[in-house]
Amino acid sequence: MTAADEMEQLDRRLIVATQAGLPLVPQPYHALADQLGTTPALVMARLRAMLERGTIRRIGAVPNHYAIGYTANGMSVWDVPDERVDELGTRIGALDFVTHAYHRPRALPAWSYNLFAMVHGSSREEVLTKVAQIRELLGADCRASDVLFSTKILKKTGLRIAG
Amino acid sequence: MRERTAAGEIDAVDRRIIDALQGDFPICERPYAAAAEALGIAEEELLARLQSLLDRKVLTRFGPMFQIERMGGAFVLAAMAVPEADWERVNDAVNALPEVAHNYRRESALNTPFNMWFVLATETKDGIPAAVGKIEAATGLPVYAFPKLREYFVEMKLSVRGAA
Repeated sequence: MTAADEMEQLDRRLIVATQAGLPLVPQPYHALADQLGTTPALVMARLRAMLERGTIRRIGAVPNHYAIGYTANGMSVWDVPDERVDELGTRIGALDFVTHAYHRPRALPAWSYNLFAMVHGSSREEVLTKVAQIRELLGADCRASDVLFSTKILKKTGLRIAG
Repeated sequence: MRERTAAGEIDAVDRRIIDALQGDFPICERPYAAAAEALGIAEEELLARLQSLLDRKVLTRFGPMFQIERMGGAFVLAAMAVPEADWERVNDAVNALPEVAHNYRRESALNTPFNMWFVLATETKDGIPAAVGKIEAATGLPVYAFPKLREYFVEMKLSVRGAA
């Protein structure tokens, strides 16, 4: 096995060991090192490397949106010209109430929307007010739009990779 | 609503912890001590409060957030138009698949027929068409996949809402 393979395998074991959370002990990286049979220095180096590469987006608290007051979430969807979507998506992503913004393919004729922006708020009214701000920002580039509210969580297990 | 009760028990220190620690948790010998110092509280208090926030489900997790695409995996949003009469059968069939990470019922102002929205998470890119095929075979309904063509940068933080 090459050194690169070994690192990839260690990264994978680190993901499996931390996907449910970081140990809540004063020295969590030491605890992980003990668990994985390696050194704290290597655990910290691999976490830094994964952060740098983007395999880890961030390390920290993941709040339950509902519990911290965001009881309404709206998936706003927009039909904008393809040649304008990157510029518009970048501007929408910069709005402080947008938590995700993506360019996605249309599924014509059933679905003409190519820009998705998730908006969170304390009520549907608040979400709709914010969606109206996006509408204003898009101006004439908005050819059609809709907003989909979640009415029920049917499943939420998140990502789990096998150990 | 139960979630409201949990939010009502978030005090000013909890709020500062949630608002400050949504990213940039340190990678060092004593990371909780370093984070606690920045918040002006003791290490033991931060650990106890994080445990309590997790127990009360105010936080769903505390730790690294992974982007599986960088490990060769895939994460794809998909939707179906499910007839009301068939809802329960289709819902059971979709949720039974381990590749389905989240599933939400959604309704829209314009009454889009797409009322079931789920995220497929697989360890390899080939896993996505395989999962789509399994769902279509199990339900007899078409699955529309909306893979992200581009993700736009967003600020990661949602501050705690409500009276301070």
